[in-house]
Amino acid sequence: MMGTRVHSAMRPLSGIALTSNMLSAQGLACIRGDRVLFRNIDFALAPGGLLYVLGENGSGKSSLLRLISGLLVPETGSVSWCGEKVKRASESYQSDLLYIGHLNGLKDDLTAIENLQISGRLAGCHTDIPSALAALKAIGIERCADLPVRVLSQGQKRRVALARLWLTKSPLWILDEPFAALDTLSVEILASHLSHHLVNGGMAIITTHQDVAIYAQSMQTLRLDS
Amino acid sequence: MNDAWMTVLRRDLLLALRRRSDVATTLFFFLIVSSLFPLGIGPEPAVLSSIAPGVLWVAALLAGMLSLTRLFATDFADGSLEQMLLAPQPLALLVTAKVLAHWIVCGLPVVLLAPVIGLQYALPNDALLVLVLALLLGTPALSLIGAIGAALTLGVRGSGLLIALLVLPLYIPVLIFGAGAVAASQHGMSAQAHLSLLAACSLLSLVLAPMATAAALRISVE
Repeated sequence: MMGTRVHSAMRPLSGIALTSNMLSAQGLACIRGDRVLFRNIDFALAPGGLLYVLGENGSGKSSLLRLISGLLVPETGSVSWCGEKVKRASESYQSDLLYIGHLNGLKDDLTAIENLQISGRLAGCHTDIPSALAALKAIGIERCADLPVRVLSQGQKRRVALARLWLTKSPLWILDEPFAALDTLSVEILASHLSHHLVNGGMAIITTHQDVAIYAQSMQTLRLDS
Repeated sequence: MNDAWMTVLRRDLLLALRRRSDVATTLFFFLIVSSLFPLGIGPEPAVLSSIAPGVLWVAALLAGMLSLTRLFATDFADGSLEQMLLAPQPLALLVTAKVLAHWIVCGLPVVLLAPVIGLQYALPNDALLVLVLALLLGTPALSLIGAIGAALTLGVRGSGLLIALLVLPLYIPVLIFGAGAVAASQHGMSAQAHLSLLAACSLLSLVLAPMATAAALRISVE
């Protein structure tokens, strides 16, 4: 295992990793309106692998992430999970996947803990109050557990959304700008949790503009600049 | 029952409880619109009871439609809809939970309030009973069909008016059978045929509408 930092050069996958790819994409293209955001995107991710998607604003990072998670249909190409092409609304793929986008998916009128329980249960993991509290504690906002999300700050809301990462058993995490709006300590907590996930054979695809140290067995960088 | 299904249902009911004003708007709209007619037309019992079935059903249709824009719009805006789409459950199933919550919050109160309003229209007791039964059988179809319109107009500007244009024509069968049931019982005939047809409308929309709504949601979120 080796520590690498963001913006490092792309490291080739080892031969073993190539044969055990869990997630792969072939020739992905995305067209929004009459604008081609990207085309011919290929990558493969093995257990323990981390994929950084980099690019300037508007280069299609979020669209790529939505495409991989199945919220968008690719113009051409396909995404495969465990060797099988992912069809739209595939329940087996969706239960292995955790996607947190730009929007936090929180209800303003519900408390942090209610929100977390709901999103946990919706994603198919049994979430009781102690486990939800433990997740909020892990990311350092257990004090806000009983407050309606409406009164929380942007960073606190983000942390409530990210607390799902401490509840999930999904091997594939797709996170769109997970570090945005977080304070330094939370960034460290999240980075170490991500490293932990990757060490245990998980996979992650993230976009970020921040320089964050995450340890991964294999790290790839995908640039979306035109 | 399915855990995710119950979660969505309970979440939407809890949200309605926290935002009671939304519920009250629908109910007061129904109350006021249906109370305006007797005031405008005059206190002639024969006239009132003959227009009652139609007026009450139209008021119920419009009241239900008021809240339709909110059915998916808030979930869409805060990202919960994305999470529902990515849940490892059939989306159509989760849609039925949302529609059921909408019906409990907006449809059921109208059903329960209808006999009180019916008294203003000098409806006889058996016609009141048929009115409640007809609303009970027909309003689920309104919520189910309305969900398709709400999903199709998601993220569109001026979606409120667009929903009305899309959904109101589809409400016509429910309106005809619903008002017909009450009118039949007023004229001393059996309302059973109308009620059966209303139930058929609701069952048919229960089978088809969630799938159509789910497909529309996927398109809207893209």
